[in-house]
Amino acid sequence: MTTTIHPCTAIDETTSYTLRQCCLLCRVSAQMIHEMIDEGVITPVGDSPQNWYFGVTQIKRIQVTLRLQQDLRVNLPGAALALDLLEELTELQRLVSTNKP
Amino acid sequence: MKFKDYYQILDLKKDASQDEIKRAYRKLARKFHPDVNKSPSAEEKFKELGEAYEVLQDPEKRAAYDKFGSNWQAGQDFKPPPNWDAGFEFSGGGFTQADASQFSDFFESLFGKSSVSSHARPGFHPHGSFHARGQDVHAKIVITLEDSYQGAQKSITLSRPSVDQSGHVVTSPHTITLSIPKGILEGQQVRLEGQGAGGSGQAGNGDLFLEIAFAAHRLFTADKRDIHLLLPVTPWEAALGATIPVPTLGGTVDLKIPPGSQSGRKLRLKGRGLCSAGQTGHHYVTLTIFTPEAVTEDQKKLYQEMARHMPLNPRQGMFS
Repeated sequence: MTTTIHPCTAIDETTSYTLRQCCLLCRVSAQMIHEMIDEGVITPVGDSPQNWYFGVTQIKRIQVTLRLQQDLRVNLPGAALALDLLEELTELQRLVSTNKP
Repeated sequence: MKFKDYYQILDLKKDASQDEIKRAYRKLARKFHPDVNKSPSAEEKFKELGEAYEVLQDPEKRAAYDKFGSNWQAGQDFKPPPNWDAGFEFSGGGFTQADASQFSDFFESLFGKSSVSSHARPGFHPHGSFHARGQDVHAKIVITLEDSYQGAQKSITLSRPSVDQSGHVVTSPHTITLSIPKGILEGQQVRLEGQGAGGSGQAGNGDLFLEIAFAAHRLFTADKRDIHLLLPVTPWEAALGATIPVPTLGGTVDLKIPPGSQSGRKLRLKGRGLCSAGQTGHHYVTLTIFTPEAVTEDQKKLYQEMARHMPLNPRQGMFS
């Protein structure tokens, strides 16, 4: 039996998406992205919506925000707070594990 | 099939009020949400909580479930008695917006498959007047550092919900083989177009997003693209310098230790970390000096001679 190997795209630190691509990838409206930016959930690179770019960290923050909204009814300021605390926790856990004897 | 004690799952007594059920679910859901809780069992636990809440939040389903009373224990082999649900009317109604396709066989045997039309999901319609793209699916995949270093083929089995001809959500195990891109890092994702949930009508499938996690390695730790290794060396290798074989992800490499090295010295093997098409990682080796034990008289003498010939106070400057 032959196995099909599915092609996949890496979303890594070299990837960046325009506003339109970002909306398609995460399946959200541009309005929602604007609201997330206003609330400090995400920060795109670029000075105007036409020149905005979203990197791998921003994409992940959008995806986690959407899941937290859907599963836990967290609002945008709450999601921003949770994301910042989770990032800090991940960094601390990394430090603890690298400093283990 | 094992009996599931939904009260136990939500850490509740059987006489809990509807408000208590809601509070217990919300509290535990926050605690075990897979984006918040990094434990590998969190996702399973979160699904179980959703299933328990799906039953207990609805007074009718709860009443039907309660008919089992205390005769059953969690984990006990279970088969629903015939006509157990006589007198209850919940098929096709009373479902929350939770993704019922993720629920257990135990749930399905009692309450049936949720009909899509009861799902209140916009655009999902069993009779095909709408064409809605299937949902995106997010999952995690654990790979080794070697998989990332070389690129690798991996298989993952997911239970994939789709909509059958009668408009029911059915799940079936689905194995996908994918090729892991070289140099992918922990926390990054790969996207497989069209490998998510099935769409309705003529619309396409959703996408599958797999988040990468690294399995713990016996020797190495990864910090983004860089690999770190703690390398034990002898005092004479550190003092006199030496060329010693060192394990790296790409195989054994000869490393030159400069004379006069101290414990904690970091040496870099350029480009031997996790490299992708456009990005380079390095392999860092941190030296740690192992002191030989002085057991015999000769060995003790050797240390005493060293003390005489190479007087050293490493604590100089500690005391003012």
